[in-house]
Amino acid sequence: MKIAVCVKQVPDATAAKRIDPETKRLDRSGEAALNATDLNAVEEAIRLKEAQGGEVVLVSLGPERALESLRKALAMGADRAVLVADEAAAGSDLVATSRILAAALEREQADLVLFGQASSDGDGAVLWAAVADRLRRPLISQVAALTTDGSTVTGKRQTEHGYDTISAPLPAVVAVSDAINEPRYPSLKGIMGAKSKPQETLSLADLGVDAAEAGEAGSRTTVLALGPPPARGESLKIEDDGSAAQKILDYLVERRLL
Amino acid sequence: MDFDLTPEQELIRDTVRTFARDRVQPVAAELDREGRFPYELVAELGELGLMGIPIPERFGGAGGDTVSYALAIEELARVDSSLAITVAAHTSLGTMPILLFGTDEQRERWLPDLAAGRRLAAFGLTEPGAGSDAGNTRTTAELRDGTWVVNGSKIFITNAGTDITWGVTITARTGEDEISSLVVETGTPGYGISPPMKKLGWRASDTRELSFENCVVPEGNLLGERGAGFRQFLEILDGGRISVAAMGLGLAEGAYELAFAYAREREQFGRPISSFQAVQFRLADMATEIEAARGMVYRAAWLKDQGRPFAREAAMAKLYTGELSARVASAALLIHGGYGFMEESAISRLYRDQKVLEIGEGTNEVQRMVIARHLGLP
Repeated sequence: MKIAVCVKQVPDATAAKRIDPETKRLDRSGEAALNATDLNAVEEAIRLKEAQGGEVVLVSLGPERALESLRKALAMGADRAVLVADEAAAGSDLVATSRILAAALEREQADLVLFGQASSDGDGAVLWAAVADRLRRPLISQVAALTTDGSTVTGKRQTEHGYDTISAPLPAVVAVSDAINEPRYPSLKGIMGAKSKPQETLSLADLGVDAAEAGEAGSRTTVLALGPPPARGESLKIEDDGSAAQKILDYLVERRLL
Repeated sequence: MDFDLTPEQELIRDTVRTFARDRVQPVAAELDREGRFPYELVAELGELGLMGIPIPERFGGAGGDTVSYALAIEELARVDSSLAITVAAHTSLGTMPILLFGTDEQRERWLPDLAAGRRLAAFGLTEPGAGSDAGNTRTTAELRDGTWVVNGSKIFITNAGTDITWGVTITARTGEDEISSLVVETGTPGYGISPPMKKLGWRASDTRELSFENCVVPEGNLLGERGAGFRQFLEILDGGRISVAAMGLGLAEGAYELAFAYAREREQFGRPISSFQAVQFRLADMATEIEAARGMVYRAAWLKDQGRPFAREAAMAKLYTGELSARVASAALLIHGGYGFMEESAISRLYRDQKVLEIGEGTNEVQRMVIARHLGLP
């Protein structure tokens, strides 16, 4: 089975995030890492491959330096990486990004496309839906457990009320949650071997995507203004001396919140 | 000139950093308190290939370079020196003699289990009467009827007595003015291992006294040439200093980070103590010296990887990080105030773990002797 995993390089969780007021884009110059739930998707793909054979290919859109982060997934056990890196793609919103990724995925013709549920920078949690729509493939999201028999995929979908178990014929798109597995650490052998795995960098032209359909030109959303989050309102700090629960209760009752 | 790590080195550092944070940090205090050897962590490190980083792949190692190895030790020491010394002593002191001086037959027989971390190796150099003067070894090995008969004792030997210890490489006097290296496998009759020694720091690491009473060792356990023991242990110590220097660097970073976090959180006189210049200057000095130390440690490792002389730089890095980690651990504890003096504070464990970095693998004085010799002083 051929599995494509869509992954993204994001600012490292420990780094302070900054938005460039000029471009109104996230400053991506600092420490970077692979998006955390994408690692769950990579792990799940590798497990499927280990159990059933096949190939795991990483598909990503980002600047050239995103290859550094893809290396980690290659070190974990993915077979090769495809990075779409093109100046004209910078600033792509959901619509433009899904167009580019769908074009890259068309080229791969994978049986299963995996996504992490959301990226820690954009936090949109809808890209997989847009890509599935463009590919005209069935979609299961928020998946906490996944099985496949080679012709269908079954996902246990986490909801507020419990689990939905959903099956879909392959090829399909699945977005996984971080509950699905514990991503492995790359082994030293994996790390040393990652460099020699195929890593392909593609331009928009390679995918047949018109530059006008990508980047800000191809986006359907415009960032109008940016501002800091509003200052936190009145707050109350309660030191627990054994009566904290009662104090919280009193506070909520007083405000008629309970 | 290029100060960047390679992508592989960066990934190794990040992997060990994450491992140390997620797997080691949560249990480090408990392991230390109970003096419990971290078998589970060693097994996990073995799975990841971190118990044999610089051992070539054909002997079951990861084939990594010295810089990668130093990075891994640094990241472990940042969180837990006991685990860091377990890996460092196993790799630099226990496994290296086999790799460097063993015959192909010996290497193929012993290295795969060691490089995979299934078994641990120890290095028996120090004796009750031969510390800094390690050449003054009293342990003897006499070749009788095709076997070595070993008599004597060793002390402060790391990794010698764990459940998975394979054996120890010892130095022994094999003639009037002759020292040789011999491998003694655990379980050899006449080879005694004391209960774990109680220590100020490194409490979760395994440290033993060894005794040899008419201990009979196969003739084929001689490592390298007969009489080469003195030169061999000097070579092992040269390389080992890089990993101990990496431990000093890592411990200093760990102590600095604890102090930094505490200073921002702790409020006195109505503001965080990190806003006081006295505390800021302390942190600024720590950060500066750590930066200098990092340069020294990585450069010594890099020189070794280039196949160039590195002994002088390794001794300098070991000396500097040993004394630096003492300054940083002490200042970091003081920033913690009374809380730092409490046993349950993380900084107090780092403070205890630090002291041996100025003693083990050559005291500060021994490093100065080595450096002075490299300077051409008589």
